[in-house]
Amino acid sequence: MSGDHHGTNSHLAAQVRHVETLLEERGLLDASELDRALEAFLARASPANGARVVARAWLDDGFRSRLLDDANAALAEVDLSMGGGLQEQRLKVVENTAEAHNVIVCTLCSCYPIALLGPSPTWYKSEAYRSRVVREPRAVLSEFGFDLDPATEITVWDASAESRYMVLPRRPEGTEGLDEQSLAAMVTRNGLIGVAPV
Amino acid sequence: MTERFAAGTRVRTSPTDPTHHTRVPRYTRGATGTIVESQGLHPLPDDRSRGLPCEPLPVYTVRFAARDLFDEGDHAVTVDIWQTHLTPVDDEGATPHER
Repeated sequence: MSGDHHGTNSHLAAQVRHVETLLEERGLLDASELDRALEAFLARASPANGARVVARAWLDDGFRSRLLDDANAALAEVDLSMGGGLQEQRLKVVENTAEAHNVIVCTLCSCYPIALLGPSPTWYKSEAYRSRVVREPRAVLSEFGFDLDPATEITVWDASAESRYMVLPRRPEGTEGLDEQSLAAMVTRNGLIGVAPV
Repeated sequence: MTERFAAGTRVRTSPTDPTHHTRVPRYTRGATGTIVESQGLHPLPDDRSRGLPCEPLPVYTVRFAARDLFDEGDHAVTVDIWQTHLTPVDDEGATPHER
């Protein structure tokens, strides 16, 4: 693994601050410009976005097919994007069924679809989760209190390049007749990562 | 560079352990998997991190059986790997020049 989150990246952080200072000294960057860009991005980044996409997919089969086929194009239909003001990232949405379950991870660092899920939880960045979920996903899910049917096949998606992943959970039984907003309220961040049923 | 692999092609990842940054996760090195789909062209971080010139290169989603990575497990792991780190293999796992 190449990245950790325990402070040994302080050298890199110092380098980044140094570059920022040089850019500011030369008038190429306003002192608050980066902060404003980050704040604007994070203000829009929330698991409520991912939940809304899931609820729409549950209600609209056509949208669901388009989402699984080309997630970036489908996001535009609901006024969302993987751009975040920077370069747009490729999104792949993976669908849970009775037979197949999906979990996402980034074993090399902590890649995560922030625009749709908000900032990632601390455990997602932990070495324990990153190293164990690829090797023994069933045991890891069980520690989250999620005991999957032993017959259900698991695929773990390691975001090791430029794509980001999101799980489309199974629609809970007994939710017929609920509207998009009520369905979205049932979807959790952990469900979008694949470590919870919904 | 153009895309060499169609979905379903069996490939083996590079087994080398370079001193520089690489996007071949250690647990997949030298393992055999199957191409799922293309992700388009992207600059190779292995080169970019060293300040080398880097043209965008094909990247694929590659699916591995857990037992081929860890000698155990009934699940699958997909990993996103640049074409330059992949070699085609036949059904027995041999690369063409080994036959």
